[in-house]
Amino acid sequence: MITVRVKLPTHLRGLAHVRGEIELAVTDPVTQRAVLDALEQRFPMLRGTIRDSATGRRRAFVRFFACETDLSNDSPDDPLPDAVTAGTEPFLVVGAMAGG
Amino acid sequence: MSGVRVLVGTRKGAFILTADGGRADWQVDGPHFGGWEVYHVAGSPADPDRLYASQSTSWFGQLIQRSDDGGRTWQQVDHDFTYEGGAGEHLWYDGTPKPWEFARIWHLEPSLTDPDMVYAGAQDAALYRSSDGGRSWQELTGLRQHTSGPEWQPGAGGLCLHTIILDPTNSARMFTAISAAGAFRSDDAGVSWQPINQGLRSEGIPDPDAEVGHCVHRIALHPSRPDVLFMQKHWDVMRSDDAGGRWREISGNLPSDFGFPIAVHPHEPETVYVVPIHSDSEHYPPEGRLRVYRSRCGGDEWQPLTEGLPQSHCYVNVLRDAMAVDTLDEAGIYFGTTGGQVYVSADSGDTWAPIARDLPAVLSVEVQTLP
Repeated sequence: MITVRVKLPTHLRGLAHVRGEIELAVTDPVTQRAVLDALEQRFPMLRGTIRDSATGRRRAFVRFFACETDLSNDSPDDPLPDAVTAGTEPFLVVGAMAGG
Repeated sequence: MSGVRVLVGTRKGAFILTADGGRADWQVDGPHFGGWEVYHVAGSPADPDRLYASQSTSWFGQLIQRSDDGGRTWQQVDHDFTYEGGAGEHLWYDGTPKPWEFARIWHLEPSLTDPDMVYAGAQDAALYRSSDGGRSWQELTGLRQHTSGPEWQPGAGGLCLHTIILDPTNSARMFTAISAAGAFRSDDAGVSWQPINQGLRSEGIPDPDAEVGHCVHRIALHPSRPDVLFMQKHWDVMRSDDAGGRWREISGNLPSDFGFPIAVHPHEPETVYVVPIHSDSEHYPPEGRLRVYRSRCGGDEWQPLTEGLPQSHCYVNVLRDAMAVDTLDEAGIYFGTTGGQVYVSADSGDTWAPIARDLPAVLSVEVQTLP
């Protein structure tokens, strides 16, 4: 297992009852899917809020960033950057900028 | 002394407003779920401490919250709303087929007798039921899979199932309404459904008398007389005396028969309330004057109620789920506006006062009468 730092947007931190970054134990290889699986396993209340429950696809207004790169449209099975795996950079779940 | 608890859903959270039976001094609690859209908060008639709330955003989707202590604390319950047996297709705005796609829950209707049973109305239109306090949801597929379903087309607000009414004298009978499909009735506890739109006329559809395609905004009934239904349609205020078998127009002398909510007095089955709105392109009151209209004879003749309501420069809307009545001896009438005001009348509508003036845009108002 590899420890990955994850930063959630405000609304999801509220749902998960956490503050600041969280650390997740993720199976190797570390991919978006592996991180999100681990996240939803530890915080079941987040199921459906990042990925659609039925299709598993990223919700349209949610983005994934790491190492100043937008990974949102990468394959969920692509390996995440080494800096995320090494724990030097967090994996960011971001609410897309939109009014309202 | 008895009291009331007003459950307010807004664009940016839920608020709980409480007062004793005098309804003059109010405590405002909230926001709950701050920053989230709360389309509806509803309390169980069988257990007033059991509340359900529909919480959503475009970013993170739909959640359902439940409280077992009158809204002091909440727990997230299940929010998996699946279209059973495949999504199927309805008509999109341009007339092409479009697969059903879940967006949100507009309305929650707790059972009249069982706190753990609650119905939920979805966009795209579907009816769900939970029998375990929200821990799981099952679709009542007979409505969405009605033979007319492929012809349903959304209104401007989406293809939303926004009204669910349970007949208090007949547990097998339910009513629902969908924009812009129309009204439907079930006589077998939601298993099968029939459109109940005869007598409605909607000039915005090719056949004004079509079986479906009517933009029903809200239906209300008095519990002592559940065969009599009152409807605020996109245009027209309507009445049926045979559980929706046939409708007739009762708009009478209203300054506009466009509007969203409709409510029935808790003790006078022929007393009905609407809030006329200028038109479907100008969602504000005629002449900038916020007026509730009351009929004491079941429609056709309406009286404006203005005392305590702004009578100049008022350009708010009152949405379909944002009007409610309590059941105290001196009946209370409540409504919320898109300008964030919640008003109460503790004398059946004769005079009004604001409970709150500066909430986020109000999506829904419910009231519980507490012992």
